[in-house]
Amino acid sequence: MGLLSATTSVTRYRVEGQLENPIVDTVGSALKKHAIAEIDDQPPEQTVGWTSLKDPFEPDFEGSRFVVGPHFVFSLRIDKKSVPPKMLQKHFAGESAKKLRALERNFLSSDEKKALKDQVLQRLNRKMPATPSVYDVVWQYENGALWFFSNLKTANEQLETLFFKSFGMHLIRLIPYTLAAFDKSLPGAQRDALERLAFVENRT
Amino acid sequence: MLDIAVAYNRYRFLGNEFLTWLWFAIENDTDAIAKCDPEFVDLDVGNRMVLENRLANGMETLTIKGDAAGLEEAVVALNKGALITEMQLIYKAGSLQWFFSIKGESLSLSGVKLPESGPIESNDDMDGIILEKVYLYDRLIGFIDKLYQTFLKKRLSETWSVKIIPAFRNWLRVEQKGNVQGSLRGQ
Repeated sequence: MGLLSATTSVTRYRVEGQLENPIVDTVGSALKKHAIAEIDDQPPEQTVGWTSLKDPFEPDFEGSRFVVGPHFVFSLRIDKKSVPPKMLQKHFAGESAKKLRALERNFLSSDEKKALKDQVLQRLNRKMPATPSVYDVVWQYENGALWFFSNLKTANEQLETLFFKSFGMHLIRLIPYTLAAFDKSLPGAQRDALERLAFVENRT
Repeated sequence: MLDIAVAYNRYRFLGNEFLTWLWFAIENDTDAIAKCDPEFVDLDVGNRMVLENRLANGMETLTIKGDAAGLEEAVVALNKGALITEMQLIYKAGSLQWFFSIKGESLSLSGVKLPESGPIESNDDMDGIILEKVYLYDRLIGFIDKLYQTFLKKRLSETWSVKIIPAFRNWLRVEQKGNVQGSLRGQ
């Protein structure tokens, strides 16, 4: 689900901090450094990285391709492999039987079982193609605003982590409290009232 | 500033109160809403509303959905102390129309349908379409921010308990009475 989809979900953030000049180059290098890496034919179960909004399966951050008007526009891609539990069970059972025969024993210790399961899982992960999920990002640098086109908890957490790792800046989610706290038009007395409100009215 | 996780839980009621006030304002104070956008035409409740009553013995949740669904149950729930936690809205400004759902606790948007934009015929069109979409999101988000700011100023002032709460209770009373008379006439 993304910026160009017919129906979308949006989570809003405020970006705290400043980037080094020239800003476009700094953003470009960070996107390149943390671009998505393919994990097909490799053991990792999951990978997270930046990709191009215009072509999410061919990340390209050369020049200023992620700059549209005054905005930085790119995507977060999460590639995940998921081995069906029954497939894992079948391959684990086969490998356990093989190992028991080789060891001429009737049972495996729990440590041996765990090690064998990890081994089987790694082998299956290597063969399993990863499923990509792409979530668009619009960053209005001048306004310190960022829109992330997903409300999924895990996707938002991955965004917050990778954004900090890439740009060294914190993303602050705009929720009822933060939206009020950042509202400069609120006079001091109302700001104090906001802080007191939770203690008076808390219904959670 | 408070830690985000703490603030999320501690102030989730504020977002729910915002949505509850918004429905009241849609029905009774369109001027306050119109001030949030010079091109404002209309704001209406769509076909889905979720209410939650944390004052009840154990939490009660009520979901009302469907194109022909009436909101009588919502009035009854509000009378019992529930707040709106999520609702679909239809916003019209100038010749443009947005559909979206908003969640009180996070103010996150879902099911957002923007006004129609031109088709992408070539890669060269892409930047133009992106800018158009960003502009349309900006209009919607700017409007929501203004609405929230209007609510906050009322919520954090004396007007809230002196004027708005009594007017809100009175509206609920009238609405519920109207619904009961309506159903009696229907029998």
